[in-house]
Amino acid sequence: MGRRVAIVGVGQTYHKSHRPDVTSREMIREAVTAALADAELTIRDIDAIVIGNMDHFESINYVDTYSVEGSGGVMKPIMKVSTGGTTGATVAIAAYYHVASGLFDRVLAIGFEKNSESDTTGAIITCSDAIWDRFSYSGAIPSLATEATAYMEKYGATQEDAAIIGERDRNNALNNPFAHLRRPLTVADIMASPMLAYPIKLGDICPRSDGACACVLAADGVAQKIARKPAWFKAAAVRHTYTWFGDSTDYNKGLVSMQRASKDAYQQAGITKPAEEIDVAELYLPYTWAGLKWIEDIGFCGPGEGVRFVRDGNTHMGGKIPVNPSGGVISTNCIGATAMLRVAEAAIQVMGRGGKRQVPDVKNALATGFGGCFWSDVVILSTERP
Amino acid sequence: MAEWLKDVEPLTLKGRIAVPYSWWVGDTGSRFLMSLRDDRKILGTKCPSCGTVFVPPRKNCGRCFVDIEEWVEVAAEGVIEAHTIVHYAYPVQPVKPPFAYALIKLDGTDVGFLHLIKKDLDKIKNGLRVKAKFKEERTGSILDIDSFELI
Amino acid sequence: MDNAAIVGVAQTKYERRKKDQILADLVFDVTRAALDDAGLAIGDIDSVVTVSNDFFDGRTISGMAVGDAAGGEDKNISTVSGDGAFGAFYGLMRVLSGYKATIVVAHYKGSEGSVPITTNGMFDPIFHRHLGIDAISAAALQADAYMARFGIREEDVAQVSVKNHGNAKNNPYAQLPMDITVADVMKSRKIAEPLKLLDCCPISDGAAAIIIANEEIAARTKKKPVWVKGVAHCCEEYFLGDRRLSDPVALQDAARRAYAMAGITDPMAEIDVAEVLEPFSYMEPLWLEGLGFCKPGEGAHLIEKGITTMGGRLPVNPSGGALSANPILVAGLARLIEATLQVRGEAGDRQVKNAATALAHGFNGPCGQSHCVWIMGGKK
Repeated sequence: MGRRVAIVGVGQTYHKSHRPDVTSREMIREAVTAALADAELTIRDIDAIVIGNMDHFESINYVDTYSVEGSGGVMKPIMKVSTGGTTGATVAIAAYYHVASGLFDRVLAIGFEKNSESDTTGAIITCSDAIWDRFSYSGAIPSLATEATAYMEKYGATQEDAAIIGERDRNNALNNPFAHLRRPLTVADIMASPMLAYPIKLGDICPRSDGACACVLAADGVAQKIARKPAWFKAAAVRHTYTWFGDSTDYNKGLVSMQRASKDAYQQAGITKPAEEIDVAELYLPYTWAGLKWIEDIGFCGPGEGVRFVRDGNTHMGGKIPVNPSGGVISTNCIGATAMLRVAEAAIQVMGRGGKRQVPDVKNALATGFGGCFWSDVVILSTERP
Repeated sequence: MAEWLKDVEPLTLKGRIAVPYSWWVGDTGSRFLMSLRDDRKILGTKCPSCGTVFVPPRKNCGRCFVDIEEWVEVAAEGVIEAHTIVHYAYPVQPVKPPFAYALIKLDGTDVGFLHLIKKDLDKIKNGLRVKAKFKEERTGSILDIDSFELI
Repeated sequence: MDNAAIVGVAQTKYERRKKDQILADLVFDVTRAALDDAGLAIGDIDSVVTVSNDFFDGRTISGMAVGDAAGGEDKNISTVSGDGAFGAFYGLMRVLSGYKATIVVAHYKGSEGSVPITTNGMFDPIFHRHLGIDAISAAALQADAYMARFGIREEDVAQVSVKNHGNAKNNPYAQLPMDITVADVMKSRKIAEPLKLLDCCPISDGAAAIIIANEEIAARTKKKPVWVKGVAHCCEEYFLGDRRLSDPVALQDAARRAYAMAGITDPMAEIDVAEVLEPFSYMEPLWLEGLGFCKPGEGAHLIEKGITTMGGRLPVNPSGGALSANPILVAGLARLIEATLQVRGEAGDRQVKNAATALAHGFNGPCGQSHCVWIMGGKK
């Protein structure tokens, strides 16, 4: 069995729509420098690096080798992991295996994206099968809209219900100095925003951001010397299933990948009552509706209970299980870093370093990644060494 | 083999990924390209720790992992360290083959600078000195240096 | 390190154009064949790693196209974007972390894209890409730097091409088995000097898969497990001009650490066969130097003295190497598969006698910027 592993330091850049002042490589270094400072380590202490993004957003092939000056990878082992929107989480999970395997003691995980450098939707469309799907696929927003209408139809959820998620996350972002969109947004604002693909309006969807995130992971015995309160991995689970767009998603079954990944993760962590045992969640919610529906798939409440669960305030700051104290993806979305920011923010909560966005007395924090073709990753971090 | 396979013709679907990109050059790179464009001068940066002078300039030293603040103007000429004469063509090349790539150690620098040599291909040898030829119309690109020429 | 072994391998025949199969078909075939080779069922596999690259596949999230074909349904799956030797490294780490068996698959169809355009994408978008440099022209610069520094003649490296294409005649998976002479290489078309057509790998289509398992699974597989004795990887600087291209320092470091893990102190004496990733002929001697089989500048003498030929002390690339088939990304995994077959004693007409310890190598990035070295052995 593998070694126990903890996150002992996190760093992120500030996030903006454009970072003209730096290249990707230079931006990566900002996050790495911040993570090393947080862990009070230098690059010489790092044994290996894992990095990831989505190639077609910056059009750089082999970012592992491209980025070494910024990542600190000169004369170190560096590996690139790339899995679409889930990349940030799968990079963090790959770093976890680096340490758990016993081959490395201190590993740096890095996710980044400069969405300002390309046409995000143009690039995303190329994820579809060139022969069968590309002529008709129009990007992430319409496919999410299809999921939303199925949910509305099945459970009678309204656009106002979804808008509560946007208001919640954007309000939380006011407490996060790193967030990209730091203006409050109300349910009324969202309802009045332009319709993109029914029922998704501009206010329901994530922005495009430039930014990077890095985490330092360390092995049992090493971690305790670096951090006073390491964020221990209790679970890491990934479900990336895809066949063709047409038959990959029976929307009425819910987000199957999330159901499966969370089941696996809860088993690893020994969690039986997620809503009771998890104290805070950083969920990769690329649009508001996900905040209603996916919390059902992850087992915070039962099928069709998402609206009630949210409206009762359970997921707001001060609620039973605050979701996205950071402001989430609706406030910041540098895609290759987005899922890692969820893991990093969960670690921040466990380590008690959340400042104004800190949830009190966090023991277990859950983070998710989302992307690809309705794919899900789940990471559970804890103050408790497993 | 299934019977129907004998009648199958292998078809292809032609496609092209055409995503537009605008890469931010960043403050450090922009100063370098502006200097090529406006002053026909080549700038480098010098690592405070190991002293390496980098061209193109770097914002930080990859080896020492420290920030670099110091700028230096370097010569527009130097010595060929390695070269190749290219004989195959493909769309991204800025010039028709044959032409040469060379790693050139510009005077006052510690690294090789990658660029083109277009003339006197039969005379190129490692160790020979070359000089940058700037374009008349400059836009703030690495190709504001048209190529290097043997001195 | 706990014990872990390669317990199943499979590869397609490498060809210039696989017109009849899409990537998922190739991956499904090698996945099933690797399971058959190991005598395992898909239910025995609890972790999947695909080796996929968005540029080469012309598709963002390229792993998406092959995950299910690799048996990824309801399993922990991920994608390494890089050479298969690195994908295998991730697979190994997963097994050492507690998974029982990880399948690693790599796939590539050179026939569907443009090698110069996609490898031009490796270079810095601001300072280098507009110069038009790609993997081939960059390699030519490295060849020039290396050969000029040590006075190596073009005829010397041409021998590598002659040897490897000759070895490929004994490998049913190879794309270009050929009887050629040094004169043939010398008179082949100039590509980027000093590289000529026969100094360069072909464009290939193909896929490969390996299964890495823990001791418990390895105890019940069909074939003799081949154990991981040592493995390491390392990356050097990015800008070509920052590097001393004739000094593969990252390879030296990776080799040093892989040897230390495997307890190897004298590689030439202790390693019986080596499979190195040499898409260009000059790379084989340069990598052999980096791997410590000889001193810097002496790599080309190894072939001259017959040391790296099939009957020599250290046969190198009995498979025919990347010169005889170079499905990028798959190529490093193919080296590891050949090393496995050699240690098993299943390499057919290309079998190296008494191959107990084998080295396999892959790299990422221009001119071998990031190298991964594996030492495989028949005993735990």
